[in-house]
Amino acid sequence: MSLKRTPLYEMHLKYGGKMVDFGGWELPVQYQGIIKEHDMVRQKAGLFDVSHMGEIDVQGEKAQDFIRSLVTNNIQLLEEHQIQYTPMCYPHGGVVDDLLVYKYSPTHFLLVVNAANESKDYAWIKEHVQPGVEVQNVSAQFAQLAIQGPLAEEILQKITDTDLRGIKFFYFKPDVKVAGVECLVSRTGYTGEDGFELYLQPDNAPRVWEALLQAGGDNISPAGLGARDLLRFEAKLPLYGQEMDQDVTPLEAGLGFFVKLDGPDFIGKEALVKQKQAAAPRMLIEFEMIDKGIPRSHYPVQKDGQQIGWVTSGSHSPTLGKSVGLALVKRDAFQEGGEIDIIIREKPFRARMGKGIFYQKKTKK
Amino acid sequence: MNIPKELLYTKDHEWVKEDGGQAYLGITDFAQEQLGDIVFVEMPEVDAEVKAGDSVAVIESVKTVSSVFSPISGQVVSVNEELESSPELLNEDPYGNHIAVIAIEDSQELNQLMSADQYEAFCREQE
Repeated sequence: MSLKRTPLYEMHLKYGGKMVDFGGWELPVQYQGIIKEHDMVRQKAGLFDVSHMGEIDVQGEKAQDFIRSLVTNNIQLLEEHQIQYTPMCYPHGGVVDDLLVYKYSPTHFLLVVNAANESKDYAWIKEHVQPGVEVQNVSAQFAQLAIQGPLAEEILQKITDTDLRGIKFFYFKPDVKVAGVECLVSRTGYTGEDGFELYLQPDNAPRVWEALLQAGGDNISPAGLGARDLLRFEAKLPLYGQEMDQDVTPLEAGLGFFVKLDGPDFIGKEALVKQKQAAAPRMLIEFEMIDKGIPRSHYPVQKDGQQIGWVTSGSHSPTLGKSVGLALVKRDAFQEGGEIDIIIREKPFRARMGKGIFYQKKTKK
Repeated sequence: MNIPKELLYTKDHEWVKEDGGQAYLGITDFAQEQLGDIVFVEMPEVDAEVKAGDSVAVIESVKTVSSVFSPISGQVVSVNEELESSPELLNEDPYGNHIAVIAIEDSQELNQLMSADQYEAFCREQE
């Protein structure tokens, strides 16, 4: 099967992108180097092509109740043009996907889902659809750009007709002109920095991409998937397939804040209520390496020689200047400051469990 | 791509420089380019005995983990300790920074390696 390309494929080649197969999409893992691009986003600004993300449009009189019945968060409390992050679960509490819910109006929502889960999510949502609700996979109608970093607002403002200060964190405006092109602009992102995501017609994407790079000059650079993963990891933002999946509940994955069990019913609620009452058997913990070694996804975690879980994400962190990780372990094994072993190439490397080890997000409230 | 004429090369993208019965071992420009930003090098133990084909070091980049194989049998004489604090030197100057030095037991093993011209042709086939 040939790889899918985003409307920015030519731009990636133009800027020296090293193209890789990312879940069936041909996307740049890096341009100039992951750490350089990472540093640009933390210090100035970076521009990402995230057109591979899926978009599912939900409309109709019962749209709000319908979405509430599928997701764990209290989306019924959203204002118009507000956004919410939420897991979507199976009846047993495992996660179908984690997504963003954009509320246009009480009868119109846009769900932004992980690229790798797009067809699965669409099928899942369709399977549960109720009368009075219309669901459409509109992924092909949108390109998506993310401009992230402390200078993102300043750069985007130069080519935007709308005062961006009016768009607060996790809000959007559906009809903003960027470089003359109509975009939905939200103050969202996956880096731990302030920034925006732009949804627009695919044909217009290269024009806006070039305009943003030109407006930013030396203060912006294209950034690839490698930097995106490193940035989200440092900010402890979860990644579906690593921190959670169909076999891990949002409560175990440390996403309890996004699970509202005291409101209306939703798929998985019963299982999650039970799990909460009994205290989930596993939990997601932070750790930093004591020995020199780099933790990676799936590496076993031991305590006193007994396996207690595995690493979900791990890396050397350029911002923190050390190697850190997240691990899903047996709840009773966690002890702040306690030592564990990460098994790297069959050898134990010492690490210390902790809290608040990760990068403090700079997103604007 | 930078491929110095005076060095010998392996199919796993290591380079070898023979000097007074010792083999200096490193990774090529092609290898560092493929790995991307290198953040950690796990070194062999000094005095360890290695056989040709053994993994003697592990290189961790931001995105991947990769073994360094020694094409030469013998004892590890020394390692480049600078790489422990500055692993990025392998990106910046892959031929100026060896990883380990091995006392050559059997100089015939050097004959198995590729010349710069052969290695360049090999890399072209890989693309």
